[in-house]
Amino acid sequence: MKVDLPVGDTGATIGHSEGPARAYVTMMLDNQLCGVPVLAVRDVLAGQTIARIPLAPPEVAGNLNLRGRIVTAVDLRARLRLPPRPGETTPMSVVTELGSELYALQVDQVSEVVAVDADSIQENPQTLPAIWADHSTGVTRVGEQLMVMLDVERLLSLDAETSV
Amino acid sequence: MDDLLPEFLAETNESLADLDLALVKLERAPDDQATLSLIFRLVHTIKGTCGFLGLPRLEHVAHAAENVLGRVRDGELAATPDVISLVLAALDRIKAIVAALGATGAEPAGDDGPLIAALDRVAKGEAAPDSEAQAASAPVTPPAVDQAGQPAIEPPPAEVAASQTIRVTVDVLEELMTLVGELVLTRNQLLQLSRVQGNTAFSAPLQRLSHITSELQEGVMKTRMQPIGSAWNKLPRLVRDLAQDTGKKIVLEMRGQDTELDRQVLELMRDPLTHMVRNSADHGLEPPAERALAGKPEAGRILLNAYHQGGHIIVEIGDDGRGLDVARIRAKALSRGLASEAELASMSDQQVRAFIFRAGFSTADTVTSISGRGVGMDVVRSNIERIGGTIELASTFGQGSCFTIKIPLTLAIVSALIVQVAGQRFAIPQISVMELVRVGRAGAGQHEAAGLGIEHVGPTPVLRLREHLLPLVSLRSLLRMDAEEGGTTAEEPTVVVTTVGSSLLGIVVDEVFDTEEIVVKPVAPILRHITMFSGNTILGDGSVIMILDPTGVARSAGVSTRSVASDTAADTLPPMSEGSTAMLLFRAASSPSVLAVPLNLVSRLETIAAARIEPAGGGYAIQYRGQLMPLIAMGPEDLPDLGARDTEQPLLVFADGSRSMGMLVGSITDVVHGRLVVELGSARPGFLGTAVIAGKAADVIDTGYWLTTARRDWFAGGENAVRRRVLVVEDSDFFRQMLVPTLSASGYDVVAASSADEALQLRDRDLEIDAIVSDIEMPGMDGLAFARLVRQGGAWSSLPMIALTSRNNARDAEQGRAAGFTDYVQKSQRDALMNSLRHCLAGPALV
Repeated sequence: MKVDLPVGDTGATIGHSEGPARAYVTMMLDNQLCGVPVLAVRDVLAGQTIARIPLAPPEVAGNLNLRGRIVTAVDLRARLRLPPRPGETTPMSVVTELGSELYALQVDQVSEVVAVDADSIQENPQTLPAIWADHSTGVTRVGEQLMVMLDVERLLSLDAETSV
Repeated sequence: MDDLLPEFLAETNESLADLDLALVKLERAPDDQATLSLIFRLVHTIKGTCGFLGLPRLEHVAHAAENVLGRVRDGELAATPDVISLVLAALDRIKAIVAALGATGAEPAGDDGPLIAALDRVAKGEAAPDSEAQAASAPVTPPAVDQAGQPAIEPPPAEVAASQTIRVTVDVLEELMTLVGELVLTRNQLLQLSRVQGNTAFSAPLQRLSHITSELQEGVMKTRMQPIGSAWNKLPRLVRDLAQDTGKKIVLEMRGQDTELDRQVLELMRDPLTHMVRNSADHGLEPPAERALAGKPEAGRILLNAYHQGGHIIVEIGDDGRGLDVARIRAKALSRGLASEAELASMSDQQVRAFIFRAGFSTADTVTSISGRGVGMDVVRSNIERIGGTIELASTFGQGSCFTIKIPLTLAIVSALIVQVAGQRFAIPQISVMELVRVGRAGAGQHEAAGLGIEHVGPTPVLRLREHLLPLVSLRSLLRMDAEEGGTTAEEPTVVVTTVGSSLLGIVVDEVFDTEEIVVKPVAPILRHITMFSGNTILGDGSVIMILDPTGVARSAGVSTRSVASDTAADTLPPMSEGSTAMLLFRAASSPSVLAVPLNLVSRLETIAAARIEPAGGGYAIQYRGQLMPLIAMGPEDLPDLGARDTEQPLLVFADGSRSMGMLVGSITDVVHGRLVVELGSARPGFLGTAVIAGKAADVIDTGYWLTTARRDWFAGGENAVRRRVLVVEDSDFFRQMLVPTLSASGYDVVAASSADEALQLRDRDLEIDAIVSDIEMPGMDGLAFARLVRQGGAWSSLPMIALTSRNNARDAEQGRAAGFTDYVQKSQRDALMNSLRHCLAGPALV
């Protein structure tokens, strides 16, 4: 199922963003608001059949078929060592492309598209848990909440860390 | 050089066309640096290639033009119209020469002195271009050239040659291939739907779409095909240089350069091939003095041979050098700590030789400038395995070595068997699947009686399959899917018998579905470390499944990928009773008695809907895997009621390469193992005779007879007008009776002898033959002694000899080769024998 996202009213209007404002897709992971640049997102999916892959690292949820292309699904909860998703919730996926491969990042919920002023992005606070800090490019405030800006490339470089 | 000329012409014609445009553009915008560089580069390339090809006229003209352009590019000369005209005149001259070159294959005679002098003068800046150009251009305009006594230059031949091929970038082809891949997937999806829906109005057009898709796929595949010779053309030079450096005399012989394979595969093969030829020249072949001492011709031979076999390309790299010294390999393996002394002691020579494929192993004691720089055979092997190929080695110390590489034709689309384990499906490439065996768990009744049950040798599960013990791996436990839902292990699991390298491995799965054409997609980089998968694919129903790599499976299971069956199992356990054959028993309406056929000859058992049978060409046929397969009925009674929709018709499928044939039978009753003795000969055509099988009398059918009735071309091994004569030496009446008609039907003249002595008598009577096929185990003189005697001298001493045996292990094969046999084939494997004969008679054997 393809999902149309509401465009949030929390920031500047997208499309008319002058200079520093950038659009982010926001999502929830274990009650933490996260964001990925909208330009890095190809699709947002829900309710996909995912074929599990034996012997794959625990972060890899499996493969799915997106219009004839094979997409590798990565469970961000497992990736970020967060507690497993409660049984009754089905994950949603944000599809992103890295090195001509497609990956589906599984999160709890994909919320909306917001515009973020480049100036409002701050460096990771010292107190941010290491697992978040390692995979984030910075934080910003969206409405009442702090949003962690995810570093997609780092999230998908599994080899280096899993082999340890 | 002749091979390069057409390519040079095509390329140069293109460059010239580009040059015309660019020069005109430059004239309008003299300061356009990009255009200038382009022109300079194009002319430079033409000059360089001409020099390489030995075309002095072209080279000189291009060189002079390049000088002028160089000055213009460096800003030392203005690109005035006069300068441009002069360069254009030079280009016209080049065009004229190229055209003549295309027509006659040689440079035309002619004097370019004035033109070159004019160009040189402009380049040196000696004269004002305008006056010079006039002076120079007068004699060099094309009409003037024509009158200057040159052969009339008619551009058309070259033009025609150029227009018949077009150059397309690889990207376009890759894109096309991807699209065709998607099309195949969609087609499969539609077919799947239509199977569920039954016959609808869509069925017929869908069938057509399916055919067209297959043809399109083939066509696109063809565009990606390149002759393997293009990966070889650097080798003669390499070998020549090596010969000089090492002071050896080396003859490089290349056969089958025209054999085509996918360019992607070809690219990946280039380096391993170069490396192996280098190895042969450097380590394999001895210096002339040493060769003379060994009684060999001074010049060493390296043979490269490529040919198609099934869906594969076989590439052989052989030399008649010193061969591998097993003792030295043992010592080295020990010193490198690759194996313990005890392990080495229990290894066969073949296993020891395989050490050269291990990382960190090099037999060269000194690192020469040529090889032994750490890039070893292990890299070669992993490169070949990466593209789904296998490499095998045969070597006789003192006589030479031969590597045999087997690689798939293409990587993109393969036919695969879909299997299921713990509720999840996987694809196994069809090329490595030998057969499917349904087995019962130990103690599951009837299978036990037929010997088809999983047994254990220590902790290792094995399957007694005909005469061999087949090591088994459970896919479920290998993939750690024991805990998965999807139920317990199936009551009657299926063993997928796969070839891994030169050996067999049984992969136990819960269920087997269809074969499907799948488009291989590489796995995501984050999954590449799982060596058990070679890729993933999308099935017709849209689901994504993983493609198993049998080599990876064998390795993960801890089974050596070499000689699994022969070395691990068969050597440690006594083989099943000698001469035991698996016979398939069946019934047919036309015959009151039970019928039998050796199981080895049957490629598949199928059940089809009778409604699918169509009349064709005076007989009957069905559409089977995208091809029309002829059907034969032994009698009119065997034909089912074609109108009956729900009648299921069992079929025995016999296959040979891409051709197959189905035999309509009533029912398949059993598969039994046992010694087979045909007791009563038969006068009935199509039957060999009657045998007692499993306590019952059964008529053994003559497959050769039925195959030829189904299609006249079945055994026609090409258009060989000459009938070759083959001598069959075989003590068993049954096999002799089976071989003789089979070989005759294939177009061979067959002479049979029931013992080695009888055969030798025929030799003494000066019987002229072209090849010998001989049994090994015979009363009296056995096959090995017979081969040694034949090789010792006499009229037959250099004939190809093929050994037939009921045993199949590497050690026996080695003994056979040592005794003088050219090839070693398992008994009743008709295809293997036919291939071997065809191969042996096609050219002289190496080593």
